Amino acid sequence: MSTTFIEGSIAVAKTVAVSRPHVISAYPITPQTHIVEHLSELVANGELKSEFVNVESEHSAASVVLGSSATGARTYTATTSQGFLLMIEVLFNIAGMRLPVVMTCVNRAVSAPINIWNDQQDSMTARDSGWIQLYAEDNQEASDMHLQAFKIAENKDIMLPVMVCMDGFVLTHSFDPVELISQEQVDKFLPPFKPEYYLTPKNPLTFGTLVGPDGYMETRYFIEKTMHASLQVISDVAADFHNQFGRFQGGLIDTYKVEDASLVLVAMGSIIGTIKDIVDELRAKGQKVGVLKVRSYRPFPKDEIYKALNHVKEIAVLEKAVSLGYGGILVNEIKSVFYGKPKTPKINGFILGLGGRDITVDTIHQTIKETVKASSEEKFIGLNEALIGGK
Amino acid sequence: MTTTTLAAPKEQSCQTLLASGHTACTGCGEALAAKLVLGAAGPNIIVTDATGCLEVFTTRFPQSSWEVPFIHSLFENSAAVASGVEVALKALGRQNEAKVIAQGGDGGTADIGLQALSGMLERGHDILYVCYDNEAYMNTGVQRSGLTPFDCMTTTSPCGELSWGNKHNKKDMPSIAAAHGIPYVATASVAFPKDIENKVKKALSITGPKYMQIHSPCPLGWRSNPQLTIKVAKLAVQTGLYPVFEMENGKVTKVRKITTPKTPVEEYLKIQGRFAHLFKSPKGKEEIQKIQEIADRNIEKYGLA
Amino acid sequence: MRLDLGAIAKAGTSKANQTGGWRNFKPIFHQKKCNSCDLCRIYCPEGCVTMIEKKKYTVDYAYCKGCGICAEECSSSDIEMVVEEK
Ligand SMILES: Cc1ncc(C[n+]2csc(CCOP(=O)(O)OP(=O)(O)O)c2C)c(N)n1
Ligand code: SF4
Ligand code: SF4
Ligand SMILES: [Mg+2]
Repeated sequence: MSTTFIEGSIAVAKTVAVSRPHVISAYPITPQTHIVEHLSELVANGELKSEFVNVESEHSAASVVLGSSATGARTYTATTSQGFLLMIEVLFNIAGMRLPVVMTCVNRAVSAPINIWNDQQDSMTARDSGWIQLYAEDNQEASDMHLQAFKIAENKDIMLPVMVCMDGFVLTHSFDPVELISQEQVDKFLPPFKPEYYLTPKNPLTFGTLVGPDGYMETRYFIEKTMHASLQVISDVAADFHNQFGRFQGGLIDTYKVEDASLVLVAMGSIIGTIKDIVDELRAKGQKVGVLKVRSYRPFPKDEIYKALNHVKEIAVLEKAVSLGYGGILVNEIKSVFYGKPKTPKINGFILGLGGRDITVDTIHQTIKETVKASSEEKFIGLNEALIGGK
Repeated sequence: MTTTTLAAPKEQSCQTLLASGHTACTGCGEALAAKLVLGAAGPNIIVTDATGCLEVFTTRFPQSSWEVPFIHSLFENSAAVASGVEVALKALGRQNEAKVIAQGGDGGTADIGLQALSGMLERGHDILYVCYDNEAYMNTGVQRSGLTPFDCMTTTSPCGELSWGNKHNKKDMPSIAAAHGIPYVATASVAFPKDIENKVKKALSITGPKYMQIHSPCPLGWRSNPQLTIKVAKLAVQTGLYPVFEMENGKVTKVRKITTPKTPVEEYLKIQGRFAHLFKSPKGKEEIQKIQEIADRNIEKYGLA
Repeated sequence: MRLDLGAIAKAGTSKANQTGGWRNFKPIFHQKKCNSCDLCRIYCPEGCVTMIEKKKYTVDYAYCKGCGICAEECSSSDIEMVVEEK
């Protein structure tokens, strides 16, 4: 293992490369481009023995990896935003066909208006697709998570696709020290992909059948059941990774100074780093605050979250996506964790950072202040009052 | 027109790779076309298919009519899925295990799947793409597609006071495919099974992307007698309305000549309910004349006579 | 067959679905004038016509939908469609 000062996208590309994917297919879109450019470079230089398929759209990128995966290949794709939305039809299909594709969703706002900057609306929109969704806090985690993703996806009891979500620009384009794992070490961690069923004339199976009212519901039930089973697998793989590489960034969740906290901020992705700094600052002033990182958003680790937060008085959920016509998404799932439990903390939701809006230290301080002060509420925070005409 | 036998008697025990028990309508040309394609290709293939009649009538879980490895994903991505299969075989060192055949209906090919098909052709994958052309979206109830012929009545191109049916000409898919610079393009008809067999075999012997379009009557959508499926298909060819030809490296190299004198298009149109409206008024005659002109242009263009 | 793993089906299993019940007309292969042109077998969309030996064909009525293509195309008019007795 060696620490390199490296761009997030390149770190991810290098980790994907040592995961030995047979087939990579992608279509360029900012800010995902550096990942796939680097992968195609590795292939062009002969450093990576993969088929790199330059397709004419994201729909086809996802379809190519679908076909490859069903043929028994380890596959990878990456996209963001509009490309992600164009893929969605295929994403549901990949999950429904139980193909362990791994993809990076570089998180970016969706159009209209067109906006290339970071929020998490794209991946949140596919939360019901049957993909396991993991959110990375920093580039070390983003990089390591891809290795874990292949191992989770290809577990014979899981066989579901895994999406690693990393914040566009904030992570993909930032240079950080990242410990990259050597090929030798990866080979010890990640066994070759050997699916039980795949397309071959030796055993001519039919994939992608039509299932009527007599069986469709059961296919959903099986995926749901597998999602639950994957809770354990995600934790186990994180523990394995910890054992082998000495790094642990959380399993299903990660907590920071939550044990004795009375107020906890809950979030996903790169914002966690900023929140941790603020937690340290407030702790120094004697304020009992902590942070909970949701690492696995699908499956949603209700029990772990409850266990971690059941002593807490106040929770502020910070999220970079919105269900228009309803409000915060994560906040309502956090609320549901406490439904029917003896004690419910006050839970406030804050939508922030949409379309790359700066999340300043002040913004986060404000969420804490509001949570302490107000009764439970959900709101946008960090709006430009001048643009919306006052309040 | 004479047709020679397809398979030697020895092959009788496993005579078809498309198993019986599929639920295609009685007399379905598409079922026949798929049976013929598989028969010619043999068992060492992997096939993909787009959403459409063929996929629906062959893959109702827990049953499947496919005796070869088969994958259906979506309506518009058969060519892209096949691309994935082909590169995976390469990446896994299994390229000698199977040839890849992508399939789709006319809608899945010429309309919604055109982009994915174009990508597949342009990238040079070693895949035979087969379009089963029944000239409308049959699976969803006979709506028009880009390959629906002129003046044809469908559920979304009905005839009426202001309409003679489909206003547009059939899209020239073979030329579009050929324009990608691919080595082999062919049209065929279920009426001529030996020709299908030869073309499939020839296509599979060529490395690179191949495109084949097979005219496949749909008794339901064409409102034709199921018993006449072959007759209708033959007439399409004999009238010049469905030119059967081969293109190699962009040039037409072989055509199926029509018997002279040419058969007037009426003979073809009048046995199909989808053109019945043209025979109900004197004005319809003018429309039939326009269709005759289409046939004549084909005869001229491809040298069919 | 694995409904739990993406609804994978086994090859050729549609044979369990006997479509012969759809039939309104039934092809009778007289086997008198048959010249082994093989067209009945080749053109049958159900793949349910089999050649046993030269000039001897059999139909699997379990699947025959009675479309009449074989009778229409038979080059020696040796196949007759009769109303199916139900
Ligand atoms: C994205 C999408 N749009 C629409 C449909 C609905 N649909 C399913 S099959 C079909 C028509 C198929 O027509 P064609 O490709 O010509 O095949 P055919 O059924 O005629 O053999 C349509 C419109 C779909 N499945 N997916
Ligand atoms: S609708 Fe047409 S194409 Fe579809 S199964 Fe029936 S006859 Fe065949
Ligand atoms: S009637 Fe149709 S289905 Fe029956 S044997 Fe003849 S061609 Fe086949
Ligand atoms: Mg069609």
